[in-house]
Amino acid sequence: LSLFRLTLRRPFSTSRSSVDAKEIKKFQLLAHKWWDEEGEYSALHSMNDIRVPFIRDTLLSMSSNYHGRAPLAGLKILDVGCGGGLLSEPLGRLGASVTGIDPLEDNIRTADRHKSFDPVLAKRIQYKSSSLEEIVEESVETFDVIVASEVVEHVADLETFIKCCSQVLKPEGSLFITTINKTQLSYVLGIVVAEKIMGIVPEGTHEWEKFVPPEELEHILESNGFSVKTVSGMLYNPLSGSWSWMESTSLNYAVHAVKSGAPPTDTSSEMDIQQCSATAGTA
Amino acid sequence: GQLYSLIVGHDIHFHDKKIALLEAGPRKEYDHMPDSYSNRVSSISPGSATLLSSFGAWDHVCSLRLKPFRRMQVWDACSEAMIIFEKDDLDDMGYIVENDVIMSALTKQLDAVADRVEVFYRSRAVGYTWPLSSHSCDTSPWVQIELADGRRLQTKLLIGADGHNSVVRKEAEIKNIEHQYDQSAVVATLHLSEATDNNVAWQRFLPTGPIALLPLSDTASSLVWSTSHEHASELLAMDEESFVDSINSAFWSNINHSDFIDTAGAMFRSAISLLKPSGTAVRQLPPSVAKVDPESRAMFPLGMGHATEYVHHRVALIGDAAHRIHPLAGQGVNLGFGDIACLVHHLSAAAFNGSDLGSLKHLLKFETDRQRHNVSLIAATDVLKRLYSTRLAPLVLLRTWGLQATNALPPVKVRI
Repeated sequence: LSLFRLTLRRPFSTSRSSVDAKEIKKFQLLAHKWWDEEGEYSALHSMNDIRVPFIRDTLLSMSSNYHGRAPLAGLKILDVGCGGGLLSEPLGRLGASVTGIDPLEDNIRTADRHKSFDPVLAKRIQYKSSSLEEIVEESVETFDVIVASEVVEHVADLETFIKCCSQVLKPEGSLFITTINKTQLSYVLGIVVAEKIMGIVPEGTHEWEKFVPPEELEHILESNGFSVKTVSGMLYNPLSGSWSWMESTSLNYAVHAVKSGAPPTDTSSEMDIQQCSATAGTA
Repeated sequence: GQLYSLIVGHDIHFHDKKIALLEAGPRKEYDHMPDSYSNRVSSISPGSATLLSSFGAWDHVCSLRLKPFRRMQVWDACSEAMIIFEKDDLDDMGYIVENDVIMSALTKQLDAVADRVEVFYRSRAVGYTWPLSSHSCDTSPWVQIELADGRRLQTKLLIGADGHNSVVRKEAEIKNIEHQYDQSAVVATLHLSEATDNNVAWQRFLPTGPIALLPLSDTASSLVWSTSHEHASELLAMDEESFVDSINSAFWSNINHSDFIDTAGAMFRSAISLLKPSGTAVRQLPPSVAKVDPESRAMFPLGMGHATEYVHHRVALIGDAAHRIHPLAGQGVNLGFGDIACLVHHLSAAAFNGSDLGSLKHLLKFETDRQRHNVSLIAATDVLKRLYSTRLAPLVLLRTWGLQATNALPPVKVRI
């Protein structure tokens, strides 16, 4: 068995961590701009208008206890790649206990400072500068919900990322992902127009190569113990600055998946935990 | 301010929010009303009544005192033209309620949500510190308020409900378009010569301004007479008998008619009755006044106002702080209630989305909704006021025919 572990350890080097050092650099420059609603991150601010109701309503429909309480009361949510806390704060206001993690310390600092002015949020949200792998060991099956919004198009290794999500999620827990499809259309609109022409997204934020088609994401999810419940396309209107849902997933899309309740077989789960924590050691 | 706090206090989406209400006056609550009527009354539309009943305040109003009215007759002093509003079914068109009654009902209901709404009676804000809209992370992004007694409050959203001379509006540097009418309104509580059903609201447009009689009970009515400042002072100064005579004469006298206008009006009326037989109605006579309550005469100046913006980052204006209107249409209070219902609707949706309540995005939606609604009403009221302030024949003819036509046309009337 120990031989088995040694063999597995070797292929895992920094390049297999889900955190990509080049990506980090891009966000460093804009770490203090998160909370300017009209600034570089305005599209993310307005995305809250559809992603928060999506998360809220999905979770409400799965639970049976909403009368006079906050919609997300009693839920522990992990916001992976929380940035400045744009999504953590609304989720906290709706009653959830939120843990926001981001590999960039400057982002965490911004997020911490912003929540500190609101006594209610300051208690409900905890931020930590960390990668997903680094918290796996101490957070096995801890969270009811994981939210990874506009994150998977920045990670180095999607498979590892999804495996780690599964580790920290309780059985039957929900995983919400929003990301960008890899299509000709998303190249033209998502990179050329959005970044270079209209400046909706800061230039260089996205790399088309790392966009994830929904089929690929679904496949990875299903083969890692998740059951995909919803896939829905999203559309940004630059004139009105607002998002809406649409049938086609050729640009942006959102996914809701649920971790299966049946525990995986013993050997595979041990392998997964080692994968995740081994990566953390070398990251 | 009280009404807003009340509705928000009751809304389920605000269950964990804290609301502070700064009230300049003392606490006012009545278990039963004094025998005499207060001279400040409001005309409450059915929509506003529904709003008040949605959180239990209307029951208190009903248990104190109010007068429903079924019909409204509006006519011109310079011609025979008139327009009558009434509902086909036996529903009430509206209610005349003393302002004190409304305040007392709201106060009672505020007690019911005391865990969420804290009322600071006899308090006054002396200073406001506004957040910078771009978040420089060192200073608090909330609004800081300093009270006269030295206490400090901070809030995510400041609502200015402090009347047409709003301090909040001035401090937020929101420009206000305003115009003083050369008119004052004289109010009084009147006693009728004989008891009657008194379920009609009367308004006659005199060249000097509209005079209105609003029913309070079978024997009492409230007077709202908009007229020039000089005339208003005279009315206040004269003895009670002369005052009563002036009122009766204003409603009954035909001194402003001219043969020309009468003939033209009569011609138009027969034309209408050919086209639309039911389109002319019988003019009823208003009740005559016998007495005025001794201490009840008062006057206050009239003006029009409209704030160029209703909202800024973390600030919203409602009611008279946002807009001021001539009383001739009896809409001032209802406009304010409409503001409140709209603001609560948008804030409730924002709270359900976990948004920061002071965020400009949803505040702008409130502003757009209400400005669209309010501006046209305020402008129309202003035009009516000016149109009816003259004896010039062409304008009198215009408004005579206009009024007669409007009376005959159901779609237009229903809209009003």
